[in-house]
Amino acid sequence: MDLKTKFTPQSWPAHPENATLEGKNKTLGFWIFLGGETVLFATLFATFLALKNKGPNGMEFSTQSLFELPLAFIMTMLLLTSSLTSVYAMYHMKNHNFKAMQAWIAVTVVLGLGFLGLEIYEFYHYVHLGFTFTQSAFGSSFYTLVGTHGLHVIIGLAWFILLMLRNSKRGLNLYNAPKYYLASLYWHFIDVVWVFIFTVVYLMGVLD
Amino acid sequence: MSHDVTHTRTQQEYEYDRKRANLGMRNQVTVFALMIFLTFIAFASVQAGMSAYLVAPLILLFAAVQVALQLYYFMHWSEKGHGMAQFFMYSAAFIAFTMILAFITIIWW
Amino acid sequence: MSSTAKKKGFGATIWDYLTTVDHKKIAVLYLIAGTLFFVIGGIEAMLIRIQLAEPNNDFVSAGLFNEIITMHGTTMIFLAAMPLLFAFMNAAVPLQIGARDVAFPFLNSLGFWLFLFGGLFLNLSWFLGGAPDAGWTSYASLSLASPTHGIDFYALGLQISGAGTLIAGINFLVTIINMRAPGMTYMRMPLFTWTTFVASALILFAFPPLTVGLFFMIFDRMFDANFFDHLNGGNTIIWEHLFWIFGHPEVYILVLPAFGLFSEIFATFSRKRLFGYSSMVFATILIGFLGFMVWAHHMFTVGLGPTANAIFAVATMAIAVPTGMKVFNWLLTIWGGNIKVTTPMLYGLGFIPSFVAGGVTGVMQASAPLDYQLHDSYFIVAHFHYVIVGGIVLALFAAAHYYWPLMFNQMLNETLGKITFVFFFVGFHCTFFIQHFLGLMGMPRRVFTYQGDQGWDLFNYISTIGAFLMAIGVILLVVNVIITAIKGEPAGRDPWKDGRTLEWAIPQPVPYYNFKQTPLVRGLDTFWIEKMEGNKEGMTYAEPISDIHMPNNSFIPFMISFGLFVAAFGALYHQDADKAWSLPVLIAGLAITFLSMIVRSLKDDLGYHIHKEELMNEKGGKK
Ligand code: HEM
Ligand SMILES: [Cu+2]
Repeated sequence: MDLKTKFTPQSWPAHPENATLEGKNKTLGFWIFLGGETVLFATLFATFLALKNKGPNGMEFSTQSLFELPLAFIMTMLLLTSSLTSVYAMYHMKNHNFKAMQAWIAVTVVLGLGFLGLEIYEFYHYVHLGFTFTQSAFGSSFYTLVGTHGLHVIIGLAWFILLMLRNSKRGLNLYNAPKYYLASLYWHFIDVVWVFIFTVVYLMGVLD
Repeated sequence: MSHDVTHTRTQQEYEYDRKRANLGMRNQVTVFALMIFLTFIAFASVQAGMSAYLVAPLILLFAAVQVALQLYYFMHWSEKGHGMAQFFMYSAAFIAFTMILAFITIIWW
Repeated sequence: MSSTAKKKGFGATIWDYLTTVDHKKIAVLYLIAGTLFFVIGGIEAMLIRIQLAEPNNDFVSAGLFNEIITMHGTTMIFLAAMPLLFAFMNAAVPLQIGARDVAFPFLNSLGFWLFLFGGLFLNLSWFLGGAPDAGWTSYASLSLASPTHGIDFYALGLQISGAGTLIAGINFLVTIINMRAPGMTYMRMPLFTWTTFVASALILFAFPPLTVGLFFMIFDRMFDANFFDHLNGGNTIIWEHLFWIFGHPEVYILVLPAFGLFSEIFATFSRKRLFGYSSMVFATILIGFLGFMVWAHHMFTVGLGPTANAIFAVATMAIAVPTGMKVFNWLLTIWGGNIKVTTPMLYGLGFIPSFVAGGVTGVMQASAPLDYQLHDSYFIVAHFHYVIVGGIVLALFAAAHYYWPLMFNQMLNETLGKITFVFFFVGFHCTFFIQHFLGLMGMPRRVFTYQGDQGWDLFNYISTIGAFLMAIGVILLVVNVIITAIKGEPAGRDPWKDGRTLEWAIPQPVPYYNFKQTPLVRGLDTFWIEKMEGNKEGMTYAEPISDIHMPNNSFIPFMISFGLFVAAFGALYHQDADKAWSLPVLIAGLAITFLSMIVRSLKDDLGYHIHKEELMNEKGGKK
């Protein structure tokens, strides 16, 4: 692969992430990795479902008493919107419009940071109430599930930021296009997991 | 392995691709609106305090639809060339389902 | 890195292996490391059998015995069997599918170093206050109560090496999907490739539950979490589920490649096409699928209830069907073949009855009511050694002989190989056959000693004698390797004369770029087809000679793994109040890892090209 090749929007391939063998391998490998991640999160969900509301005798905390849906709803909206903005970024990537792509990724990062801020606030709030990681099995499983998702958000954000900085001077080429594409796939996957966290942990936690 | 397949599109091809991409992007926005809508309905129906037996299956269904929309549109499964990705993700989903089922039924209380 | 580098100094060779991304060299690394751990695990096995040779023995103490059996099982499964299979996968699979390389050479090397450092970490527990002692299954109530750091070594060590395994699995999946030569359709892939593919998919889905379970264990032991602590709402059964959701697929991760190796060997030395190729492929996939549906057969006596037990019993029995298909296909491959009883073939012939015996006891255990009798007795020990030794270890020994010329361009001594087989095979049955009866007579597993005069004394003694015979077999194999290396006779291309698949069509020693020209695959058993048509070169080519793109060597995988190794010590000792240095060590280790990763992502690594002219000048397989 030659990094010096200059592309115009017209000579830029329609699927830059799959235009090289490396790109093809990376995309497929990443999808397969996401399959593994799916099972990983399933394990965390399963454990949460088994341990939710379980704690020492007479524990005061429960999903009903703790969760505040409006906050979770706003977080969901932020993450959903950031998913769309990263779609925009990929749209511009395919059009070989580097500046627009970077801008949309920046928007995505800002939205992601907003989500992360709210999550940290939420955790802080619970810990303040005395609902901690070590307080009960419920606490351990809740923080592990939601925290692992939060960790993924952090990794996703770091990935986007590193990509933006590393390539800010040199623009798009067939070497970094797959990297951008994978980062955006990762971001969508994070959103997919959150949809289930919102539904299964928060909404259904408050239900019965 | 040494040769990367990059062929330059003709003007017509290029314009055609661009047009399709624009349409596709408009489609994505519609999908996004739908997802927001579903999330909102799910949220509202829980807040409204309707029967859990009605709401629980409903919001699970909504979640599944949203995820399908993410995968097929935002993550491009509706375009061709994603057979293997789908195979591995569906297998993962199947195993995930079995595991969660087991953990809510036979975890031994 | 140039192809002209010929004789290298010792230091340069070491450096070459530390940084290599070549799947053939990584195969050698896996082989060496796997053998090392196999020997360690084997010594542990001998200690177990010496202790149990006679009643009321005090050769080792009860506590030490628990550490030995735990480390024996863990080492053999995670650090010996799997890496040794990876060795042969790395050596053969890319060549079988006509690829110049694996999909992710860098990750391939990272996978190896993670495995090695994880394994070293686990084994260092012997010298640092005691090894894990809760069994290789490490059931939570027991392991949470274990006072030493042993369980922490177990959890952290397996976490690191497990990450390596997962990476190796993904690499093989993408390699097999994307890197096949033109014409190598899925239904033309050799069976070893197919089984590698399915086993890798199982790795992909089975290791995450283990990862999560180990994290829970780490959190509970080191950070006061409550996943398994019932006083705070936890549930110890969750560990059992997670472990076996991983654990049962794991046994198929091991045995499927073994099936694949024997499928190659049977076809080669019966000089016949593998009987029922498509049903073999189908059975492999079906076993992989069912492998995820049966984990609770390890938990029949937990009390999951009759419905759950019934479902899992039936699912377990169902696995016997595709497995049986395979056995009949092997038999029919041999049937009417022009059989050559070489050492690998001899192992194959020994494998069929041994593995079938293990499968039959498996079906017995699958019937839940009977399992209430068999569970946690020596019958179980007999069962899984019949499938693991009779299936996997025999396959590994067979493959060592079969693929030695491919990996080292030398033939192991055939006569000595056959003598090895006799010792090992007789020893194996002598050790384990009798354990079925010990189990039926009521001897529980995992006990460090027993009272005399219960009718167990003689059988235990015989079992120990068998273990010594096996040890002699292993030593003979090592002797064979040494003799062969000293003799140093090149084996040349297609040394068995009956090679059927692409890996044998390559000149020896295999050029570092594998195929000068990508081959065109014209059917199942490509090389055989070309040979039958009198093609001297053994290959039809899909392209003219042109530049070949190669990946650069890299020291980064070593550093990433080393950083985690260091960090694990910090994490482990962090719980001890008197070890203030632990936190800096943890941070330093993670810093090494992350810095290495950042270097990797900031520095473009585009590889290099071997030019056409250079290739033209080269004669065949010179290094
Ligand atoms: C193919 C390779 C196989 C391997 C490597 C294997 C391995 C094992 C291992 C390691 C255990 C012991 C677990 C423990 O208690 O520590 C075990 C138990 C068991 N195996 Fe297998 N097995 C294999 C095939 C089968 C088959 C074909 C069946 C049934 C059709 C089977 C059924 C069982 C059952 C039911 C148990 C549970 C026994 C108990 O703990 O009470 N296995 N197997
Ligand atoms: Cu099993």
